[in-house]
Amino acid sequence: MTTRVGVVTFPGSLDDRDAQRAVRLAGAEPVALWHRDKDLHQVDAVVLPGGFSYGDYLRCGAISRFSPVMDTVIEQAKLGMPVLGICNGFQVLCESHLLPGALTRNDSLHFICRDQKLRIENASTAWTRDYSAGQEIVVPLKNGEGRFVADGRVLDELEAEGRVVARYLDLNPNGSYRDIAGITNAAGNVVGLMPHPEHAVEPLTGPTTEGLGFFTSVLKQLVNA
Amino acid sequence: MARVVVDVMLKPEILDPQGQAVQRALPRLGFAGIADVRQGKRFELELEGPVDDAALARIREAAETFLANTVIEDFTVRVEGEEGK
Repeated sequence: MTTRVGVVTFPGSLDDRDAQRAVRLAGAEPVALWHRDKDLHQVDAVVLPGGFSYGDYLRCGAISRFSPVMDTVIEQAKLGMPVLGICNGFQVLCESHLLPGALTRNDSLHFICRDQKLRIENASTAWTRDYSAGQEIVVPLKNGEGRFVADGRVLDELEAEGRVVARYLDLNPNGSYRDIAGITNAAGNVVGLMPHPEHAVEPLTGPTTEGLGFFTSVLKQLVNA
Repeated sequence: MARVVVDVMLKPEILDPQGQAVQRALPRLGFAGIADVRQGKRFELELEGPVDDAALARIREAAETFLANTVIEDFTVRVEGEEGK
């Protein structure tokens, strides 16, 4: 049976089609999910894609978090379903309190778009098991509000529990505390990532194909489950 | 109609790069003597019914769960009195 990975489209999502494509290239079946539909259509995992859902009104991800589909995503994530939030999806996960902290405006105030080097710090989450801990990858990064913040206690907890999934290398593009590019929940099934692995899955369009590992990881996780 | 105002501000320990940019612009425009600027949001809620304790409790709940992200923001709720009389 083919593994089904849902990709949610909110009004204002931009990278849903690229995320679907990455899912397909990894060998799974992408399933388009709609923000107003509570039904997850028997998917095994969900990707919340990048973009500007609801125009980023109020705060990035603040309105999407209350969309009907998120009720079910939050419920299933708590039961262990793998969920990956990329960029705007990461913001939605923080607003949903599935992940701690928040994403605020880049310290430079500029929208940043660049190929970014990352170090995978935790290669045991549902979305990173195809990497090795310490592996360096380059994927595109593009955000205006990507600066990860949390209070000192939460940051220490994330570090102590190995829940920092990826860190910026060479340059911290947005002022994120402790160079954090991505984090996971305690169970390792929910991952939020500010850079865009779904844009680095094919040599024609990506700087590398090193983003594909996020999508093959979840496939392996589900097949072995 | 009664108006309730919810002010949302970034917590003091959270860097406010927008406020800093405004502060840096002020002296260039000839507005001297401003030591710090923090930028926030103001929501004006027009109530259909009376502003009683129950209504204010609901607004505080809305502020806590939706209008503000209490991980990074603080909020205040105040009644602005009846307008237009």
